[in-house]
Amino acid sequence: MCLGLPGKVIEIKEFSAIVDIAGTKREVSTMMLAENVEVGDYVMVHVGFAIAKMDPEEAEETLKTIIEYADEID
Amino acid sequence: MKLIDSFRDKEKVDILLKQIDKLNIKDKEYRFMEVCGTHTMSISRFGLRTLLPENILLISGPGCPVCVTSQGEIDAIFDLVKNNDVIIATYGDLLKVPGSNGENLYILRSMGFDIRVVFSPLDVIEIAKNTDKEVVFLSIGFETTTPPSAGLVKQLVKENIKNVSLFVMNKTMPKVLDFIANQENVMVDGFLCPGHVSAITGERLYEPLVRSGFACVISGFEPVDVLMSVKLLMEQVNKGEFWVENNYGRVVKRNGNELAMKLMYEVFEDSDAYWRGIGVIEGSGLMLRANYKDFDAMEKFNIEVDYSKSLPGCRCGDVLLGRIKPTDCSLFGNRCTPEDPYGPCMVSSEGSCAAYYKYGG
Amino acid sequence: MRFINKSVGSGGKGTNDFIKNVIFEYFGNSFLEELRDGALINLKKESIITSTDSFTVLPEFFPGGDIGKLSIYGTCNDVAVSGGIPEYLTLSLIIPDGYEMEKLLMIFDSMKRAIDEVGVKIISGDTKVIDGISSLIVNTTGFGELKSDLNCYDRIKVGDKVIFSSDIARHSVAVLIARNELGFSSDIESDCCNLYEIIRKLDYSKIKFVRDATRGGVAAVLNEIADKSGKGFLIKEQNIPILESVNYFCEMLGFDPLQMANEGVAVIVVDRDYADEALAIIKESKNGKNAAIVGEVTDNTKVVLETKVGGKRYIEIPAGELLPRIC
Repeated sequence: MCLGLPGKVIEIKEFSAIVDIAGTKREVSTMMLAENVEVGDYVMVHVGFAIAKMDPEEAEETLKTIIEYADEID
Repeated sequence: MKLIDSFRDKEKVDILLKQIDKLNIKDKEYRFMEVCGTHTMSISRFGLRTLLPENILLISGPGCPVCVTSQGEIDAIFDLVKNNDVIIATYGDLLKVPGSNGENLYILRSMGFDIRVVFSPLDVIEIAKNTDKEVVFLSIGFETTTPPSAGLVKQLVKENIKNVSLFVMNKTMPKVLDFIANQENVMVDGFLCPGHVSAITGERLYEPLVRSGFACVISGFEPVDVLMSVKLLMEQVNKGEFWVENNYGRVVKRNGNELAMKLMYEVFEDSDAYWRGIGVIEGSGLMLRANYKDFDAMEKFNIEVDYSKSLPGCRCGDVLLGRIKPTDCSLFGNRCTPEDPYGPCMVSSEGSCAAYYKYGG
Repeated sequence: MRFINKSVGSGGKGTNDFIKNVIFEYFGNSFLEELRDGALINLKKESIITSTDSFTVLPEFFPGGDIGKLSIYGTCNDVAVSGGIPEYLTLSLIIPDGYEMEKLLMIFDSMKRAIDEVGVKIISGDTKVIDGISSLIVNTTGFGELKSDLNCYDRIKVGDKVIFSSDIARHSVAVLIARNELGFSSDIESDCCNLYEIIRKLDYSKIKFVRDATRGGVAAVLNEIADKSGKGFLIKEQNIPILESVNYFCEMLGFDPLQMANEGVAVIVVDRDYADEALAIIKESKNGKNAAIVGEVTDNTKVVLETKVGGKRYIEIPAGELLPRIC
């Protein structure tokens, strides 16, 4: 269930946004987002809806944790 | 795209595999169920099973909406198409699901019935505006996919569009998770919890599982996400302490997406649902609320679903509950293949059987 | 004439005018202009390669190509990858009644450019105008002298290398997006091109096998070769050339790019000692810049993919039409 990919917001409309998914563009509904999105933000796209605003810092954190694991092993 | 590629990085995968090896108690069997079909696909597509030690088993659960839809509902869709002059709008996933007599929407489309594949429920609006015919949207999916269906209904009201109705087959996760947890002889130690469902429901969804003694880690879908989640599940199991760990923080917030949940329950309410191979689970489905009944295809077309129908010999139900592996079913690979599927787990590309068949498990 | 009507396919004056004023204008040569019932061609060699294909595509015009270009390159590519030198073509047109002349001329224009590029001649043809179809159907049959048979399964040996002559899945994706049914837009262009240009400078004696990976994609070709040769393949995902935009578009819809159609990708199996040199030659050609060595022949009878993260899985033959997957 629930195939989703991150899209970068490149244009904002009243109830929707145009997102760029690695070079392919599509209009997605922002009806389900409580928080404001701005151009440059990343959203998770599922069936033409932005279902969540993504947190790139959180992504960095996760990746950093893994690098720290490496130190543990050594 | 950095947000994806850095989670497919071999170096990080290798670190995680070493970590998993370190945590692995070799005479123990770790059994983790991925509830979500997209996890199943990702695990197969990246060949993750071939990287993990043999005593760590990833079991595919009931998280492919196509696979758990009852045979009665599938047959009812075909009757609807054949007996009424309607346009069917559907996600591509449903096109090859076979009816009791072997036909499917793909065949019906070739026969001239008007069946259109949409990417988004909102695409239905454009179809409806350009026809006088009734457009029936096959609404399927769990918490992630249902709010978009609700969004469609709200939009129909807003634009005063009358020629659209929904064939509602949506289901929710809490009750089916309870069901799995409370089975006799549960063969699962922990759950790889569905990332995109969690993005809507939040972390609380899994608290009952934790109380029943299961490890729970909310996971994304990339190899790094899945392997890190496996590692975190192993840690809980080794300690014998369980909690809901959110390993998909870049998308899932503690309380999920409350606006989406509100939207979903504004339009739908809980109902009982029939899960293929499992049976009726109380309060595990959704139906349109009374004030949206005008959009209910079941009512508009007087559809009666025969829930007693099943496919003889098909063991999809056992597969979905983690009781058997797809390869343990006697139909697997001979009577039932992706080219000529018999059961729904072989039809849907995210079905456990199809994933096993295509990618060798 | 602004619109094609039935007189064009009637065999009478309408047909004559169409042939002389339109067909000769674009494709005229001494073979055609003799106006015989059958073309007389004098092939110098004993063996010739021939191949036929019918083309229909929606939309007829898509980024990077159109049905005209497709119908010329498509058949010439089949002749070329079989080991022939594309020389002659027949051209049959089935045109919907009322088809716009301007559109047809744009398609002819595109065919003409493709013909000149490959260096083939149209030597015979036919035109029908019918009701009940909404788009053009083109059939072409190609002929060419055999240079060296590139379709002998028994020449394939364990350790031989596999080259993809360009990045994969671009044609399918470009056409799908151009259809505009799913609401996406992009600047992805079809890879539709002349494959002879890519392989002609290779040393044919060191090539084991070539096939163009059209419908069914590279997945279908690799499985077919494995099946017929009794060998297998180990392909490294890391080495597969694919545009990022194409790759993620496929992911968004749940497609496997290995199964998507190409119109300018040859799967080439070469002697392992010749692989690097062959790759360098291919990369120097206009349509082979993104070529890569992607894997090798094994004695396992399966087509195995080593994924980016080091896992292994089978590459399967696609089962029927690819349908976008959303859940």
